[in-house]
Amino acid sequence: MTDLRKSDRLIKLGLLMIAFSAISALFVITLFIFEQGGPIMFKYGLKSFIFGQDWYPSEKIFGLWPMIVGSLMVTLGALIIGVPLGLATAIFLAEFSSRRLARILKPVIELLAGIPSVVYGFLGLMFLIPFIRENLGGPGLSVLAASIILGIMILPTVISISLDSIRAVPDCYREGSIALGATRWQTVRMVVLPAARSGILAAIILGMGRAIGETMAVIMVAGNAAEIPSSILQPVRTLTSNIALEMGYAAGEHRQALFATGVILFVIIMVLNTIANLTASRQGKR
Amino acid sequence: MKVEAGEYLIEVRNLNVFYGSFQALKDINLKLQAARITALIGPSGCGKSTFLRSLNRMNDLIDGARTEGEVFFEGKDIFSPETDLLELRRRVGMVFQRPNPFPLSIADNVTYGLRVHGQNDRAWLEERLYWSLQAVNLWDELKDRLKVNALELTGEQQQRLCLARLLALEPEVILMDEPCSALDPLATARIEDLMYELKKKYTIIIVTHNMQQAARVSDFTGYFLLGELVEFGETNEIFTKPKDPRTEDYITGRFG
Repeated sequence: MTDLRKSDRLIKLGLLMIAFSAISALFVITLFIFEQGGPIMFKYGLKSFIFGQDWYPSEKIFGLWPMIVGSLMVTLGALIIGVPLGLATAIFLAEFSSRRLARILKPVIELLAGIPSVVYGFLGLMFLIPFIRENLGGPGLSVLAASIILGIMILPTVISISLDSIRAVPDCYREGSIALGATRWQTVRMVVLPAARSGILAAIILGMGRAIGETMAVIMVAGNAAEIPSSILQPVRTLTSNIALEMGYAAGEHRQALFATGVILFVIIMVLNTIANLTASRQGKR
Repeated sequence: MKVEAGEYLIEVRNLNVFYGSFQALKDINLKLQAARITALIGPSGCGKSTFLRSLNRMNDLIDGARTEGEVFFEGKDIFSPETDLLELRRRVGMVFQRPNPFPLSIADNVTYGLRVHGQNDRAWLEERLYWSLQAVNLWDELKDRLKVNALELTGEQQQRLCLARLLALEPEVILMDEPCSALDPLATARIEDLMYELKKKYTIIIVTHNMQQAARVSDFTGYFLLGELVEFGETNEIFTKPKDPRTEDYITGRFG
């Protein structure tokens, strides 16, 4: 008896420590980024750091505005492409396809998530970039290319989470609607989707997180010019690309400015998540 | 209503329903009168709900379900290819065992059926909303909470709301699949009172496990056992002098 109790207590203590180490890792990372990137932002002024139009690290001009706009454009583009496609797929699999087809297709879609991002970038470079250059104009490396690649990359996230939330809607709602003489599509549109709303929103938030954080594939297809693109056919640089491209050779204040880029990215993701969560919980209550 | 009270509204001929290789209903023949309450009793799994769900073709939704025979509703076979299925379900409404209001506002629940049938005139929707909630005695309770999510209502209110949702569509037949099984005795009594009132305008068919309920509310009773309709007749006859010994065994509580 006493032995058992003692081992229980030991295990509990051990698990507690492991759990805390995971949380403290987050803490340490946050602290480190802010410690490294914070001071330089205040040295050159928060305003010029965020809204500065020019990024010439060798001349100590650190304006992140083009990259902030770039990240937001590319993420928005990915959502515009990925969300309708993903949601339509989820609706089809949950409500209209046969169970057998869904059982085959769902794992296939989840395989998409297993493809390394460098492969997405490579495929984009080989096929998408020449296609855009020849048919739509511009250098090919562009906001559009990055949006398309990211839109495809967020599909597995958007599909599987919204599929789960659509499937979690109790069948009694569907029966009630069909029994009133509604068609299947009316039932989906007017009852099932509203009931699955918070899950679908979660799917979009997670897709957004994936898109804004993705680096390698974006570097390969976006062109990476550190200026605000004049159209979606022009090159763009995102916050993540900015860090990855220059970290290898940066030193001193340049290095700190890259950490500051990380701080901005961190804050943007926090703000977007909070907004999305707030709308989710408010709509959930209604 | 085209069919007068007491005349036959629904006629079922040689109805067989199969789920895969399992035969859930065996050769059912039955005529149901308009503006009457018909109760279907019998043990679980003996085909009562399957029969009920045949009348608005909800069995169509079940994979592997197959139906043979005919069901005439106002003289037309509902299984014929010319049947407008959506219109049939508007005219033959259904209340389920567990209240299933949609996770929408009370008002949106009531007007849902009208909207799916293409009616979008706001004044008309509001008029139907008022009328339908009045018809199930919910208007006074809920008139200030029409925008509230229907899932916040009590079980009894939810079931009444589901009835109101049907009535908004001006159906002719109301199918009820154990509508009170999730309610307490007082709420059950109030729903039964409501059924009595609705009988004046609607033909009601109710599946129930509760034999007292069948005896209290219904004009006619049918007894289902193992997929067969063992006996059908006026309620007081079924309960006082059943012709079939199997019916007698069930209603005297020897099994079931």
